[in-house]
Amino acid sequence: MSHHIVEFKNVSFLYPDGTEALRDISFRITHGESVGIIGANGAGKSTLLMHMNGYLMPTSGTVNIGDLYLTRQTRQEIRRKVGIVFQNPDDQLFMPTVYEDVAFGPLNLGMDETAVRERVEYALNLVSGLDLQNKPPHHLSCGQKSSVAIASVIAVEPDILAMDEPAANLDPRSRRLLINLLKTFEHSKIIASHDLDLIMDVCRRCIVIKEGTVVADGPVSEILTNKKLLEENHLELPLSLQRC
Amino acid sequence: MTFDEKYYNIGFIDQLSYKNTFVHRLDPRAKLIATLLFLFTVISFSKYEIAALLPFFLYPVLLMTIGEIPFMFIFKKVILVSPLAVFIGIFNPLLDPGQVSIFQGLTISAGWLSFFSILLKFTLTVSTALLLIATTSFPSVCHALRQLRVPSLFVSQLSFLYRYIFVLMEETMRIVRARNMRSYGQHGKDIRTFTRIVGILFIRTVERAERIYYAMLSRGFQGDMPSIKRFHIKTGDVIFAASVAIFLYIFRFYPATQILGRFVQGVFS
Repeated sequence: MSHHIVEFKNVSFLYPDGTEALRDISFRITHGESVGIIGANGAGKSTLLMHMNGYLMPTSGTVNIGDLYLTRQTRQEIRRKVGIVFQNPDDQLFMPTVYEDVAFGPLNLGMDETAVRERVEYALNLVSGLDLQNKPPHHLSCGQKSSVAIASVIAVEPDILAMDEPAANLDPRSRRLLINLLKTFEHSKIIASHDLDLIMDVCRRCIVIKEGTVVADGPVSEILTNKKLLEENHLELPLSLQRC
Repeated sequence: MTFDEKYYNIGFIDQLSYKNTFVHRLDPRAKLIATLLFLFTVISFSKYEIAALLPFFLYPVLLMTIGEIPFMFIFKKVILVSPLAVFIGIFNPLLDPGQVSIFQGLTISAGWLSFFSILLKFTLTVSTALLLIATTSFPSVCHALRQLRVPSLFVSQLSFLYRYIFVLMEETMRIVRARNMRSYGQHGKDIRTFTRIVGILFIRTVERAERIYYAMLSRGFQGDMPSIKRFHIKTGDVIFAASVAIFLYIFRFYPATQILGRFVQGVFS
């Protein structure tokens, strides 16, 4: 299948205050790929993710998601294909209970209640959070919040999963569970993170962004071993590679 | 009270509402309707009424006992808001000097009577409203409102308020802590620091609202909050609401205290 692609062609984006967040950025991610996006703070990673489902529209250039060009007309369609998990789960979980939150997406797709219930149970089960369903989000721990945030996106069954710093604020065990969970997904995955060990475990390909442009794009095994490149981008070798 | 304590205090009423007692298990719609009926009945009494109001304490007391809500908690909250009611009624004794006799030979100014009546009504209504929140989780109240056809926009505002009051308070708590840590006993409490903190908090809130809206959009939000049916009314709920209505009716239109008083007199004579 070739229709789960994400293609950015010469995309530039200017924030209203004149900050140039993306500069002539181009790449193509094909079906089933898992790609890590890394770069210094403020390199444009989050801005990039916000283009993937049309929250921000490119100032110039085109974004192509699964044969659809991103325009104001195709936005809703594209949002169904690309699920985005945000860095801060408190922003993602806005409904009063976990169940309602996970059901929010499927209900917006106009599904009936039995189908919604199945989806919600499936998604919560996947992140082993079924027993949390009646709790309000503010009673959850940080790790539980981020699993529920992932479930709320999975419930819509997107073709492509994009995540912004999925492991931020997680304790090592929750982080490990998250990594194992991500490995089981067969979606195309795009993960923006500073956690290079996580990217090494989950992704095959890695894109390095600096000041809004792609400076390197290649297999994880090449990029994450390139000490010079990483240090130029305010990064370090993954810890697991530093030991040997 | 410090900010931290205040925060945990709000958290406490929320924790209470997740208990599992008979009162907590009642359908939120039944409780909501019963509470509204109760409020309207209490308010409908004339401004000099005292004796007829007393039987109404039965309802909050029963809710509190069966719902295992600590009395002191509700009491403190009522005291906290009581200045409002006191200020409304405090001038009545001066403005309304007419004399009313309550027992043979004992008269009291009508103003005092209406002042106490206001206090009673206030205590009844506020404690019942608090008990509704303490025995029903907030999401369920929102749900009940939605099912009783309150406009979706209004209900979603309420549920967002509930969802984010905790996040906002935590945010404030962190800022206040950071300020206290670095003010070294000076408290940094001058008005300039305070206004800046409020400003920062406002900007952060706006930014967060933007991120939340983005999260909603990316999950297909198109202007309408979806809702799911969660409750099914049971016979118990109907019986509860009906018996509350019947008792309210009796206490409103029949002099229950007088009848009880005569009955007790009859027993002793």
